[in-house]
Amino acid sequence: MQEKSLSEINQRIRDGSVCVVTADQMPELVDELGPAGAVREVDVVTTGTFGAMCSSGVFLNLGHSDPPIKILKAYLNKVEAYGGVAAVDLFLGATQPSIDRGIEYGGAHVIEDLVSGKQVEVEAEGAGTDCYPQLELETNLRLDDFNQATMVNPRNAYQKYNAATNSSDRTMHTYMGTLLPRYGNVHYSGAGVLSPISNDPNFDYIGMGTRIFLGGAQGYVIGSGTQHNPQSGFSTLMVTGDLKQMSNRYLRAATFHKYGPSLYIGIGIPIPILNERMAKNTAVRDRDILTNIVDYGIQRRDRPTVKVVSYEDLKSGSVEINGKEVNTSSLSSYYMAQEVADKLKDSILCGEFLLTQPAETLSRVGSARPMKQTREFPNVEDVMSRDVVTVREDIFIDEAAKAIVGGSFDHLPVISLDGRLKGIVTTWDISKAVANGKISLVSEIMTRKVHSAQPDEPIELAARKLDTYSISALPVVDKDNRVIGMITSNDLSRLFTGRR
Amino acid sequence: MKLMLHVAPGIVREPLIASVILETSALVNIERASIDAVSGEIVLEVLPEKCREVKEAFERRGVEVVLLEMPVIRDEDECVHCGACVSVCPTGTFRFDNWLVVADSGKCIQCGACVTGCPQRALRLVLK
Repeated sequence: MQEKSLSEINQRIRDGSVCVVTADQMPELVDELGPAGAVREVDVVTTGTFGAMCSSGVFLNLGHSDPPIKILKAYLNKVEAYGGVAAVDLFLGATQPSIDRGIEYGGAHVIEDLVSGKQVEVEAEGAGTDCYPQLELETNLRLDDFNQATMVNPRNAYQKYNAATNSSDRTMHTYMGTLLPRYGNVHYSGAGVLSPISNDPNFDYIGMGTRIFLGGAQGYVIGSGTQHNPQSGFSTLMVTGDLKQMSNRYLRAATFHKYGPSLYIGIGIPIPILNERMAKNTAVRDRDILTNIVDYGIQRRDRPTVKVVSYEDLKSGSVEINGKEVNTSSLSSYYMAQEVADKLKDSILCGEFLLTQPAETLSRVGSARPMKQTREFPNVEDVMSRDVVTVREDIFIDEAAKAIVGGSFDHLPVISLDGRLKGIVTTWDISKAVANGKISLVSEIMTRKVHSAQPDEPIELAARKLDTYSISALPVVDKDNRVIGMITSNDLSRLFTGRR
Repeated sequence: MKLMLHVAPGIVREPLIASVILETSALVNIERASIDAVSGEIVLEVLPEKCREVKEAFERRGVEVVLLEMPVIRDEDECVHCGACVSVCPTGTFRFDNWLVVADSGKCIQCGACVTGCPQRALRLVLK
């Protein structure tokens, strides 16, 4: 087997004879030359990705004021930074919204403003101790004024990511962008063929201490990222770099509508082609990288998978879901991912970027388990009223009125002959029909687009539905859409007052 | 070509579109209409040769008419060519060309889905 060493490659980088290609060129090269030929010809493959990476932030050291302050609470342009470390150290997280402009300006925007050379307004509250007597402080700082501004991102560069669609009947605004109702579109993220980890899925090279391209500067892999899960093909990286060296071309603040701020970051990793196995791994194509399209219409942790697709399918512009062509588009930028891979390639070719030998390779086993929840919240079935009265759609409204008067409720679910939920009538609907002097069938006045809840649904979701649609009751239905109960805003408010 | 109509409160209850169609015999496609008790905003697609005639017919009825040449504009410094606007657009205004997002402004009906969908806040509607 053809083998090469990292120091040989670094020597070639120094003497200008190194051969570097971008990861999208590798599949054809390996087809043409074979893995052994590719090891002979190619020294380094550069990868790149450019997308929203929420789990990002910066450690900032402000220097000591006079009198000195031990910061308890700090705001940069009204965005709170965490001060629970040493006196003038802060951690500014990318997704923290500002207290004045909300999600339109957040931690990511402060980071971009700093990198763009802008001044930020710092406000701090101190603890007031004998050694740090200062209680309050205001100052204006630029990036150069901080002693250190070190980016430390707990989870970046996902190997790949689940694509998103929405089966529900309303538009959803998510961190996967605007998802149109009834499978109206699919959004995906990730660079596919250029994705760093997809080109080194077994961590033959990437490890602790790997030098990378991060936001336009040279950064390093610290280790595996949070929720690192190589077993399922969802590996992640924790990375660090000096913010002062970064560029606002590769660090871009974003706001996802009705979700929050995030930071788009450009990350590129060079992969040395030391042996045939690495040549084969970097020959991965979009069609080899599979991911799930999951349904964000189901607001639960375990969102159902609608379909398994490849990045080739996603990048084609449409996929088929339930016999219908659905448009796809990306949230990460493939154009910028290419630019990152090219930029990294150029800096290796001109001898500015040498490859490091990792101190330790990354773990091939990780953990992305669900949260252990020790406090149980009730489900709909624990709170709903079970003595629900329903009416058939083919009765007259005066009978429906009698049913309402007989019970003590304002909502009457309407069912079909075979007992399935068809609609709902309220006391208001009936009063309106009577006021109009018309005796009609229930089916003529009922609301047909009826929202319902499932018995095993957490009450938070039922409460959110009541709020979203400005309604006060939801019929609870089983899997066959048969009404088994009713949950009302009264049931939910009783939970808080403890009267059950 | 697309025309945006701003209908003032006094005339919003009148059958303006129907009367203009009868007068001009133009084939008109209503792309978007939002009308309430006091005013209206309507986007019409009209064949180029009928455009002027239709525009003048509306103006005679007191409707303010704007030809939508560049309905949506993009801040080129902000756009990162991610594509979040591509699949949310109901008329296919945006597409990828060599992974750069390009716009065919002629298709835009100013619904605003791309504006809220753009994570970089790079898009804005003209006249809005």
